[in-house]
Amino acid sequence: MVTTTPTAPQLSPSRIEDLGKELDELRAEITAARGHEDARYIRTVIATQRGLEIGGRLALAVSILPPAWLAGTAMLTTAKILENMELGHNILHGQWDWLGDPAIHSTTWEWDAIGPVDAWKHSHNLLHHTWTNVLGRDRDFGYTVSRLSPDQRWYPFHLLQPVYNALGIPFFDFGVAVYDMEPDGVITGRKSPRDFLRDAAALTRKATRQLAKDYVFFPLLAGPSALPCLLGNLTANTARNIWTHTVIFCGHFPDGVRTFTEEEVADETRGQWYLRQIQGSANIEGSPLFHVLSGNLSHQIEHHVFPDLPSNRYAQIAPRVRDLCERHGIPYVTGPLTRQYASMWARILRHALPNRA
Amino acid sequence: MPPRTAALGGRLPERLVRHLITPLLRAAAPLTSPLTPDDYLGLLDPLLDARHPAGRVTALRAETDDATTLLIRPGRGWAGHRAGQYLPVGAQLDGSWHWRTYSLTSPPERRDGLLTITVKAVPGGRVSPYLAHRVRPGTVLRLGPAQGEFTLPPAPRPRMLMITAGSGLTPVMGLLRTLLDRGDACGHPDVVLLHSAPDAAASIFRTELRLARERLAWLRYHEHHTRATGRRLAPGDFERLCPDWRERETWACGPASLLDAIEEHWGRAGLTDRLHVERFRLTPLAPAAATAVGGPVRFTRSGVETTTDGSEPLLEAGERAGVAMPYGCRRGICFGCLAPLTYGRIRDLRTGDIHDEPGRLLQTCVTAAVGPTALDL
Repeated sequence: MVTTTPTAPQLSPSRIEDLGKELDELRAEITAARGHEDARYIRTVIATQRGLEIGGRLALAVSILPPAWLAGTAMLTTAKILENMELGHNILHGQWDWLGDPAIHSTTWEWDAIGPVDAWKHSHNLLHHTWTNVLGRDRDFGYTVSRLSPDQRWYPFHLLQPVYNALGIPFFDFGVAVYDMEPDGVITGRKSPRDFLRDAAALTRKATRQLAKDYVFFPLLAGPSALPCLLGNLTANTARNIWTHTVIFCGHFPDGVRTFTEEEVADETRGQWYLRQIQGSANIEGSPLFHVLSGNLSHQIEHHVFPDLPSNRYAQIAPRVRDLCERHGIPYVTGPLTRQYASMWARILRHALPNRA
Repeated sequence: MPPRTAALGGRLPERLVRHLITPLLRAAAPLTSPLTPDDYLGLLDPLLDARHPAGRVTALRAETDDATTLLIRPGRGWAGHRAGQYLPVGAQLDGSWHWRTYSLTSPPERRDGLLTITVKAVPGGRVSPYLAHRVRPGTVLRLGPAQGEFTLPPAPRPRMLMITAGSGLTPVMGLLRTLLDRGDACGHPDVVLLHSAPDAAASIFRTELRLARERLAWLRYHEHHTRATGRRLAPGDFERLCPDWRERETWACGPASLLDAIEEHWGRAGLTDRLHVERFRLTPLAPAAATAVGGPVRFTRSGVETTTDGSEPLLEAGERAGVAMPYGCRRGICFGCLAPLTYGRIRDLRTGDIHDEPGRLLQTCVTAAVGPTALDL
C-alpha cells in the first residue's frame, strides 16, 4: 500500500531554523523588489478580466447565434476564473495591499462568488493558512466531509465520499459558501446559533445578488437570446466551479502531502511553520497561462510559504524554494495536472474505506 | 452656455449627468455586482470612477525654487470642498500609492472647476519632491475627501487677522482667494495678513499678494523675512503690525513654535474662541534612528493609552490595555488584524520597514511603535 503520510525528514532544530532564515531572506528580497512592474501586472489582469467579462456578456446578449454563444461563454468562463483565482483569492490574501490602492485591497475587495468575503477570509486566511494540514484544526483538510488520511477517524458516511465529492464539483462555490459558515461549528458548540443565523443572512443577500445577475437580469436583457444567455451563464459558472475545484483539491490532497497532529505543532517555531507549509502543499506543473488561470495556486508550496507575496512572483521564487528543499532533503511534491488530479482522486477513494487492521 | 460640472472631467453638461447618466449607472449596478459600474468606467479613464475619486494634473506653476502649484482637474467622484480645507492626495510612486495631505489653495467656486495645491519639496521626502519637481501634466492623482475645520464662518466677519509662516500660508490662501472672488457688493471684510518667510524669494504667492495689496483697499499684507531680521515672527510683531488684533477674528497656520506662541498669547487675552489654528501634524514625528523604539500608543476611539517597548506588537499592547483589538493568526499571515494608523511611526517587526502615513492599514500583530503613535481603534 502506498503511504499517504510520509514520515517527516529528520532535520535538526538548528537546520530547521536555518531553513526559516533562508526563507525569511527570500521574502525580504522579494518584498524589497516589488514595484512598478508588479503593479502593472495586477492592473493588466484586472483590465483583461473586466474586458473579457464585458465581451462575454455582450456576445451572450445575442447568443441565439451559436458562434456568439460559444465565444460569449468562453470569454465569461475565463473572466470568472481569473476573477476568482488570480484576482479574488490573491487580493483577499493581502498580496496587493502594499500598493496602497483602496481599489485593490484585502479590506475592500468583493468577489463574484456566492459566499461573502468575510466568512471566506476567516476560514481560509486564518484557519487554513495558519493550521495548514493540522488534523482537527485545518477544516480545509477534507472540508469536514471527506476523509483523506488514515489518521482521520472513519465513519460509515465516508463510504459515500467518492459520490458526494463528484456530485458536488459543479456546485463547488455553493459548497464553499455553506462550508465557510461553519455549520459543523454550531453542532460542536464552537459557533453560536446566533452568529450562524447572522452569517446565513449575509450569505442569502450576497447569493441573491449574484444569482439574480446571472440567471435573471442578463437573460431578461438578452430578449430573444434569453435562454441561450442563461445557459451560457450557467455553463460559465459550472466550468469555473470544476476548474477551481480541480486546482484547489490538487493543492493539498495529492499523494506525498503530509498531515500533522496538534501535538506536533504545539510551540511551533517560525522555521517549523515554514517546514509544515512546504510538506503540507503540492504544486502543479504547467505553462505560464496555466499558472495565471490557476491563480498561481499551481505554486501552492510557494503560496503557503509566502501567502502575502504577490502571486506573479511565485514562478520566480519556485526554483529557489525547490533548490532549498533539495539541499535540506525535504520532499517537494509536484507533478503535471493529470497526475496530481488522479492521485487526489485515488486518495478520496482509498480513504472512503476504513484502515486495514 | 449651460453650467458644466467637475463630473466627467467637465466635458458634459451638469443636467445630462444628473438626469441621465447618474440614474443609468445606478440602474446598471445589479449587472456589475459585486463590482460597480464605476469599476468599469475607471478602466476608460480613472477620472470617471466615482468610487475612487481622482484628478488629473493639467498644469504646473513654479512658486519658488522648491514649491510648485499643481492645477488639478477633479473627476466624477469629487464632492467639493470649503475654503481652508486640506486634501489627501495619493501619488503613485514605483507602483504603490502614497498619501499626503495638502491645503487647497483654490476657492470652491473657481470658474474653470480646477483645484490647486501648492507643494513644497521637503528635503529627503518621498512624495513632496516628486510633486514639486517631477510630476508632469497628465498625471493622475487620487483625491481623498476634503477635510478640516480651518474654514470661514458662515456669517462674514467684518475684521480678520491671518498669521502664517512658510507653507502655512497655503490654507490661508484658500480663504483669501475665496474672499477675493466674492463680489464687492456683499462688502469685504477688512483683512490683515502677516506672513513670515526666510526671504522674499522663498515667500510663496508674493507676486499675487503684493498685486492684491495695491489693488484692494481692504487687504493689508506684511511680509516678515527671518533672514534679514534675524528672528522669527513673535507676539510683539502682532501688537506692532496689527494693534487692533483683539478686535479681529484670527486664523493662524505655521510651525508648531509659532502656533504655540499665538495660542498662549490669545489665551492670556481670553480670546481663544476667536482664534482658528491649523496644525499640519498632530505631534512631532519621532526620530527615525533605530535606537528610538517603543513609546506611548493611543487608541483614539477607545480613548485608551499605553506604553510599549519597541518589540511589543501593537496588537498585544492594545489587548494588554483592554482594547477590543481585531485579531487573527497573530503571525502576520491572515491580515485579520488590520487597523488604520492615525499618526506616528511604526516598524514592521519582520522587515524593519518604517511606516508613518496616516490612514495606512497596519498588521498590528507584526508591527511595533517607534515613538508616539495612535491607532484608529
